[in-house]
Amino acid sequence: MRIAWLLGAFCFGVYAEEPGAARQQELTNMLKHDCGSCHGLPPKGGLGPSLMPDALADKSDALLFDAIRNGRSGTAMPAWQPFLNDAEIRWMVTRLRQR
Amino acid sequence: MKLLASALLSALAVAGSACADLRATGDLGVVIEREAGTIQIVNTTKPAMLSRIEGLGDLSHASVVFSRDQRYAYVFGRDGGLSKIDLLQDKIDKRIVQAGNSIGGAISQDGKVIAVSNYTPGGVKLFDAETLEQLAEIPAVYGDDNKLSKVVGLVDAPGQRFVCSLFEANEIWLIDAKNPRQPGVKKFKEVGKQPYDALLSPDGRYYAAGLFGEKGLALLDLWQPEQGVQQILDDYGKDDEQLPVYKMPHLEGWTMVGDWLFVPAVGRHEVLVVDKHDWTLVKRIPLAGQPVFVSARPDGRQVWVNFAFPDNQTVQVIDVKDLNTVKTLQPGKAVLHMEFSPRGEAVWLAVRDDDRIAVYDTETFAETSRLPAQKPSGIFFTDRANRIGW
Repeated sequence: MRIAWLLGAFCFGVYAEEPGAARQQELTNMLKHDCGSCHGLPPKGGLGPSLMPDALADKSDALLFDAIRNGRSGTAMPAWQPFLNDAEIRWMVTRLRQR
Repeated sequence: MKLLASALLSALAVAGSACADLRATGDLGVVIEREAGTIQIVNTTKPAMLSRIEGLGDLSHASVVFSRDQRYAYVFGRDGGLSKIDLLQDKIDKRIVQAGNSIGGAISQDGKVIAVSNYTPGGVKLFDAETLEQLAEIPAVYGDDNKLSKVVGLVDAPGQRFVCSLFEANEIWLIDAKNPRQPGVKKFKEVGKQPYDALLSPDGRYYAAGLFGEKGLALLDLWQPEQGVQQILDDYGKDDEQLPVYKMPHLEGWTMVGDWLFVPAVGRHEVLVVDKHDWTLVKRIPLAGQPVFVSARPDGRQVWVNFAFPDNQTVQVIDVKDLNTVKTLQPGKAVLHMEFSPRGEAVWLAVRDDDRIAVYDTETFAETSRLPAQKPSGIFFTDRANRIGW
């Protein structure tokens, strides 16, 4: 059920707008520093696992999207959905892979 | 002519000695610049930046301890780097990379041993404080399949000991480093789920580890460790809704003031006040966000609190007399750390996203000074050198 919903969100999201330049800068800062407080800077891991491209290579976009959006229960990873819309989360996933 | 020459010479000599600029270390400090991986050496009295030191690796989560003569700062970097900085000569004295991923460190009671807590490989390593030669490695092995746990909450304790917590293993380890090449380890198991950080009471008696995986704290009395670890505050706010945690709270010295222990409530917008005689909850003080650092002014009259994202532009001050919030400040974007001057008339705040340090008067709450700093995170002053458990 959740997968179906996610797939739907993705198909729809392809056409959603990318975050604007100013917001992209905020998101980059957030990725570096707020994600970085657990995952490191560069994000080679800390309390949270490494987010370097090689560490994410075998993880699907859908999984990463879900981890950021909804968090990971039983771990320290919170849901970022209150602060990020779906297009922003997708933008972040793309950025993580490019690093 | 001869007279003139000698007068000139003595004038030069005076100028020369003035250039040498004698520097005492008692009012020095270190500011971590997390993005650039640099540190500033600062003077806390002026206040002013004295120098910047580069080449310290990944300082995204860095902490500092000082030699007891306060000449050297030991910087623990995220990438396992351990750097010994000479505060008198503004340079790196020695530097090693001792692990893949590191979280913090401590210096022994006699100042001769540096201990580092590592995430990868999970464990503690001991080093000679003078040479940084490795003296011992203590892998944080747990469970039947000998997995390695991340090590957190490492502090020094009286009796040439160190205490630490194992995040995945749910254990507290008491390390006796009297013989640092062959340290003894006493393990306390099943202390509570996911200890995330810890503090030592100012007298060096109590080690309290905050728990992330369940409510409360794991408490070890170092005067009578044979009594084992007890869990305290394990049933406060049982029915409260648990909020997601956007930054791990930190515990460090001096959150114990007089009869009370002040600790962040994990995932909640409050600080808990605990009576240290019977470890019961005295009060839950409602605050503006999820607390990260809960730091008492050295005289214990005030407790300053900063917060996790998205409330990290705010700092609140609790008056210990009434256990109420007396001031809410907005020092800037992303306040990551607070450090009091040795006797507490001033507090330095690291304002990460505004690239500056803000200095506040703790009596008037006025901002008295600003210093530029690149994405500052931790601030550490040399008076820490003489405190147990910092």
